[in-house]
Amino acid sequence: MNRVVSYSTGLLLAMMLTITAFSLVLTRAIAASTVIIAVVLVLAMIQLAVQLFFFLHLGQGEDSKWNAVQFCFTFGAVIVVVLASVWIMTHLNYNMTPEQVRQYINDQSTF
Amino acid sequence: MKELLLGRLEWSSLPHEWFTIGGTGALISMALFCVALLTYFHRWKWLWKEWLTSTDPKRIGIMYMVVAALMLFRGALDAIMIWLQQSIAVGANHGYLAGAHFQQIFTAHGDIMVFFATMGFLVGLMNLVVPLQIGARDLASPFLNTLGFWLYVAGAILINMFFVFGGEFAAAGWLAQAPLAELQYNPGVGVDYWIWSLQVSGLGTLLGGINFLATIIKMRAPGMTLLRMPPFTWATLCSSVMIITIFPILAITIAMLTLDRYLGMHFFTAGGGGNPMMYVNLIWMWGHPEVYVLIIPAYGVYSEIVATFSQKRLSGYISNVIGLGLVALISQLVWLHHFFTMGAGADVNAAFGISTELIVIPTAILLFSWIMTLYRGRIRFKSPLMWFLAFISTFTFGGMAGMLLAFPAADYQVHNSLFLIAHFHTMIIGGALFGIFAAITYWFPKFIGFTLNERLGKYAVILWLTGFITAFTPLYILGFMGATRRLDHYTNPSWQPLFIMAALGFTILAAGAAMQVLQVIVSIVQRRKNRDTTGDPWNARSLEWSTPSPVPYYNFAATPVVTSRDAFWEMKQAGKQPKKRYEDIELSRNTPHGIYIAIGAFIFGFAMVWHMFLLAALMLIAMIAFAIIRTFDDDTEYILPASKVKALEEARQA
Amino acid sequence: MTDIAGQAAVQPTHFKNAHVSAAHEARTAEKNSKTYFLFWTYLMTDLLMFAGLFAAFAVLRGNTFGGPNEKDIYSLSLVLAETIILLVSSYTAGIAVYAAGRKRIKTTITLLAITGALGAAFLTLELTEFAHLIGEGNSFQRSGFLSSYFSLVGTHGLHITAGLLWLTILLVFLAKRGLSDSMIRKITLFGTFWHFLDIVWIFIFSIVYLMGVSL
Repeated sequence: MNRVVSYSTGLLLAMMLTITAFSLVLTRAIAASTVIIAVVLVLAMIQLAVQLFFFLHLGQGEDSKWNAVQFCFTFGAVIVVVLASVWIMTHLNYNMTPEQVRQYINDQSTF
Repeated sequence: MKELLLGRLEWSSLPHEWFTIGGTGALISMALFCVALLTYFHRWKWLWKEWLTSTDPKRIGIMYMVVAALMLFRGALDAIMIWLQQSIAVGANHGYLAGAHFQQIFTAHGDIMVFFATMGFLVGLMNLVVPLQIGARDLASPFLNTLGFWLYVAGAILINMFFVFGGEFAAAGWLAQAPLAELQYNPGVGVDYWIWSLQVSGLGTLLGGINFLATIIKMRAPGMTLLRMPPFTWATLCSSVMIITIFPILAITIAMLTLDRYLGMHFFTAGGGGNPMMYVNLIWMWGHPEVYVLIIPAYGVYSEIVATFSQKRLSGYISNVIGLGLVALISQLVWLHHFFTMGAGADVNAAFGISTELIVIPTAILLFSWIMTLYRGRIRFKSPLMWFLAFISTFTFGGMAGMLLAFPAADYQVHNSLFLIAHFHTMIIGGALFGIFAAITYWFPKFIGFTLNERLGKYAVILWLTGFITAFTPLYILGFMGATRRLDHYTNPSWQPLFIMAALGFTILAAGAAMQVLQVIVSIVQRRKNRDTTGDPWNARSLEWSTPSPVPYYNFAATPVVTSRDAFWEMKQAGKQPKKRYEDIELSRNTPHGIYIAIGAFIFGFAMVWHMFLLAALMLIAMIAFAIIRTFDDDTEYILPASKVKALEEARQA
Repeated sequence: MTDIAGQAAVQPTHFKNAHVSAAHEARTAEKNSKTYFLFWTYLMTDLLMFAGLFAAFAVLRGNTFGGPNEKDIYSLSLVLAETIILLVSSYTAGIAVYAAGRKRIKTTITLLAITGALGAAFLTLELTEFAHLIGEGNSFQRSGFLSSYFSLVGTHGLHITAGLLWLTILLVFLAKRGLSDSMIRKITLFGTFWHFLDIVWIFIFSIVYLMGVSL
């Protein structure tokens, strides 16, 4: 597609996704925090795809195929880094810390 | 004013202990010796033009090997000190090293051996071999290549600067664990030297990984599909991908530690809302794949060697490639096994225990690939193959020890014991170092022009193998007996004979190293006898052997066209010489900007250690300025006309 | 000649000098291909570095150590403004790259300048937010949460700053050298970098701000 059309479509879509996400949180439209967070993350993923496709033209053109492969791999690595860290650290915190120290980590300035 | 200019440098920062005076003396003597040699032989300009500013990966590769060898020696000095201390410091005898000093020694030993010796050798090998194996003339970015090398050198010098200024190195283990590495417990310059030498050289390594990935993906000769690449190139590809994935994690983790130390943040502090275990988590997320970055190129070397010295193609090429890839992938998912004992619970420990055990599968695929290559081959027992045999025996044993360590329940018993030390030294020495020695022996004639003395080479293998077994078997036993790592003193007298045996093993290893030095000297003396006149002394299989020895600076007169795996072997079987079609060759000019930026990085690191923030800021600006100058320079290449290539080729053949 | 996407740009009908040899074209294409690949790989490493910061933030976001927590300090309207500004600047950067490929130097310079102005506006808003927090005693030294917050958002801001510096230099050289092949390549690289920063920002506003307020 024509480049200007591509960028403009991307801008429009990204704008809509951004405003949706912000409105959801600002108006507290949904009560359950887990649902809001899930929706916000899904909107972020969609906007990621939008920007990759309409701004970066990922996967379009010979050279860009390798870029797409690299991105998928890196994205997978990012997910592992973040999620595995959270998984491990919550387990460490929970299993290592007795009650008082757990409190100390979270709020009381006893030191 | 003094604070602004000199930070926390004081007169007392200068050397005043026996080892700092000794170390400074050694460094200055070496520098003076080099200056004297260069001046006497009028070689300054030659050195600058032919070597230091060169972008030729063959030159850069050799420089890497030289610096890495120096750093191997430097790290071995730390090892000697540890061996000596541990063989005498029992009961009433507290040895000759103070505890605090001992801690700095084992820290420096680990960092120097991993970052500067092993990585240096391997990146050097990749520089030498990979462009030739894929039929290219250079890496994707010659500038990043020279920059990466000089950043490595800057880091190597920085990690030794504490001898001259400061007198203390980090005493928090080779990975400088938090919260010990935080200001609260280590306010001195030691940890800061650790931080900046690793950041500077780590950046160099990362640039190298990026460069090699781009080279292998983008610059293969026509007809060389990925599945026609030689195994060492595959190994480099896997290692490069791993470097690209993990070194940013190292950089940002060290950066967070730096923010804690320099800006009073609370990432990993004990208190203030910091979480020291997060440091452990992140640093091992880097640290475990790193050791696989060290071993995978060695696997590639072994694949090349077994094929050549069995006069057979590599058995199970595709499985070999898959094995390399799986090792690379799985190794990034196992890091928690370094802290099984820190209370993450059964679920987490079990998951990572299983993933760790899984690595044995692709490793076994590789092992069987090598064994099947040897099977029914026309085997020639040259020293490269003997290094392989030394590797197979020790590495398999060490790997099994690793499998034991991978069981969380068993690991509770042997975690951080000498059993662990013995395990990883087996892997690094038996696996990576033997692979490096094999590679040096194998490819030496290609780049230097004559083969190494074969008999002395075999003696070296025997000495290294014997020495290694003597030095490290006692450690396996001691680990089971309850000896922990990093002991500067112990009370159980029944341990001492084992420590003494380990020290004895060191003397045999030293003899092995001496034998290698002797081998080089004798080979130089005998070079005319051992000259490689064909370019193919081993009757090998891959493209680098199709060039003359030593390789001309443009690598190939005409870019080869590849039609199968083992490209050169197939060319030899086909027999016919393809008609020479000479073309214009585009080559990269020399550049001093890599050196300039690295000097800036070195001074920046030094200035940051000593809190000379004005100087650091100036250096940052200088580095950026040089980077701009270089990237906006449009005249970085020159054309070697086809006629000149023809003339050079004909002159050589005459 | 191709851009980062590998898509062949418009045929150079605007060339005044038609003696562009085939060999030169081929070399430029090859150089572009290598350079784009190298740069994209570097961006992947940058992404992984941000991953480390995100991981640290995820782990430390609850470590308030008696200080303010996320709900206390985030101003979502400010963040929305920052987000829109950055998004538009990513758009103008993209069009600028397109204009450069078509050799429209005036359009390129204008769009790049707008991109820079928007980027500077973004940075100003972010710095006022930081200054306000530090002023009221909630600096990065206050707690693990604030350390990780300042570092994650601040690192993104540092990248924006580096991008603006790069942009300035590009504009200076554009004025001197015009739209040569190498300048077009550099502008394309900048555009890619700028898009990448907006992509990271998507995750910052989602995971840090929106999630933080909703937890």
